[in-house]
Amino acid sequence: MLRSRTRDALGMQIFITLFLVIILLIIAIPVWRVIVTAFTPLDVYTKQGVPFFLPFDKWTTHAFEQLLTHSQFPRAMVNSFTITLLGTAISMLLTVPLAYVLSNHRLPGRGFIVILVLFTYLFNPGLIPVYLLITKMGLINNYLAIILPPAVNVTNTLIMMRFFEGLPDELKEASRLDGATELQTLWHVILPLSKPILLTIGLFYAVFYWNEFFTPLLYLTDSKLMPLPVLLRNILISAGFNEYVDYNAFSTSTIESLRSAGVLLTMIPMVLVYPWIQRYFTKGNLLGSVKE
Amino acid sequence: MLVGRPCACLQSGPLTKMRIPFQTSFKAIFRNRWFYILAAPTLIYFVVFKYGPLWNAQIAFKDFKPLLGVMGSPWSGLENLDAFINSFYFSDLIRNTVIFSVAKLVLGLPLAIVVAIALHETVLKRMRTFVQTVIYLPHFLSWVIMFGILLAVLSPGSGLINDIIRSFGGEPIAFLTSPEWFRQVVIFSDIWKETGWATILYLAALLSISPELYEAAAVDGASPWRRIWHISLPGIVPVIVLVTLLRLGHIMDAGFNQIFVLYSVPVYSVGDIIDTWVYRQGILQFQFSLATAVGFFKGVIGLGLIFSAHQIAKRLTGQGLY
Repeated sequence: MLRSRTRDALGMQIFITLFLVIILLIIAIPVWRVIVTAFTPLDVYTKQGVPFFLPFDKWTTHAFEQLLTHSQFPRAMVNSFTITLLGTAISMLLTVPLAYVLSNHRLPGRGFIVILVLFTYLFNPGLIPVYLLITKMGLINNYLAIILPPAVNVTNTLIMMRFFEGLPDELKEASRLDGATELQTLWHVILPLSKPILLTIGLFYAVFYWNEFFTPLLYLTDSKLMPLPVLLRNILISAGFNEYVDYNAFSTSTIESLRSAGVLLTMIPMVLVYPWIQRYFTKGNLLGSVKE
Repeated sequence: MLVGRPCACLQSGPLTKMRIPFQTSFKAIFRNRWFYILAAPTLIYFVVFKYGPLWNAQIAFKDFKPLLGVMGSPWSGLENLDAFINSFYFSDLIRNTVIFSVAKLVLGLPLAIVVAIALHETVLKRMRTFVQTVIYLPHFLSWVIMFGILLAVLSPGSGLINDIIRSFGGEPIAFLTSPEWFRQVVIFSDIWKETGWATILYLAALLSISPELYEAAAVDGASPWRRIWHISLPGIVPVIVLVTLLRLGHIMDAGFNQIFVLYSVPVYSVGDIIDTWVYRQGILQFQFSLATAVGFFKGVIGLGLIFSAHQIAKRLTGQGLY
């Protein structure tokens, strides 16, 4: 009896391990393919296409050099960093005070603010009304057109509000009794205690702005302002390929390598900050608030 | 949501209730003035960038002429909406939108549950952490990056899958541009990207099941499979119900960014959804009123669906969606 149960448990563990390994492979193989494609040299490609395993001595960084030495790609990187930093700063400046105010359940008029905010979250009139607003404000070819419409994310605000609610009331009361204004309380008492949530939400916003490609495509007509995802999309759909990389008969890389190298270069900053975000949601602080 | 408000009890304590009669509401507002000052910039932001578009949305019921402006354009009633509902693309758009939403839900949700249970059951803690790290990552990649990854796997010239098809003597398939394959690509690429992230909620629910239940099952000699079936699954049913209802509430959002990046003219018939159509009609064809009417129609349906989902969730599980 007991033996059969241990055998059952062992059988299940083997089954689960196999299943998880298969899941890992399904995620990893496409990414591996992108990596190999980016590093495959021209001569290997013309002979056999992209191999599954590329011999170590064959790996080449030509595609990366070709992208990074052309003026467009580095500029797009700088543009992306600008949008990401400016966007995250503006988002945090608008989100933190709102979350703090909403965390005060005794505030007269709190219900009104909640309705004002939540309604815009539940009813979305679509793309065109926002487009008309942006064009009317003259924000075409201005990064604010990309940053402002999505600047306050309701889910992020609620996560932050929950965190502020969880801070001990005594701290706020003590600060108030010392004669501090709410702004001072927020700045000197609340925010220093809220570093983990500020970092997490900040990184959520940063990832969002880094990934934005549709609104830059919509609102930036000047190709000098183009951020990375838009450039990458143009490279991927081969629209005006020669505008963005030196690709000609003398090219030392294939189109496929250049595309994959572009994908990796766009991914890298994200993969670098990812462990910082991941730390918080595996710990469970954010569990339950993440529904989308 | 799932985490309660830890301090709600403290904040509505008897002290506040006693204070209220002694002061006028004006005094209360003055005492809290710093809160209003703090909230003001964000509220002004909301009025301009969230309610401004809502004001502009009135052109759904107007014949909008850019030169006349939003206010100056003549009213046209439900003409725009009528034109959309009676047009030949109406049924295609609705069908594609619903097919994508439902397929992603029906195929993706069970897989997420199975992965979450596997992660919960495994005794290899390091393996669990590693798998979690890997499967959450794709959620943070944009659809442009996903497009690059899909090209490396699916393109007819150098994609991995087509290399395999060729090595078996088959003809390469243009997965991204053929109407027979496009829907599958959309559905499975979404599942590839989002399933890992979706496991977070189920894993949290599994971890909140009382360990005593599992101990009792072990004492009773239940097999591990029975343990999953009789303890783990029933334990996460409320979360499954909530997630399903929430997703059904968003059924009209079939994934604009994804389709916009992946689709092309040859696959419009099977890939075009309401949002992509609104973009093309509004921005590319300058049919501002028609596109706004469709967006507005979609917004109203979405609001209705979310509201119903919320009511059903309240009735079924005792807690709403928000």
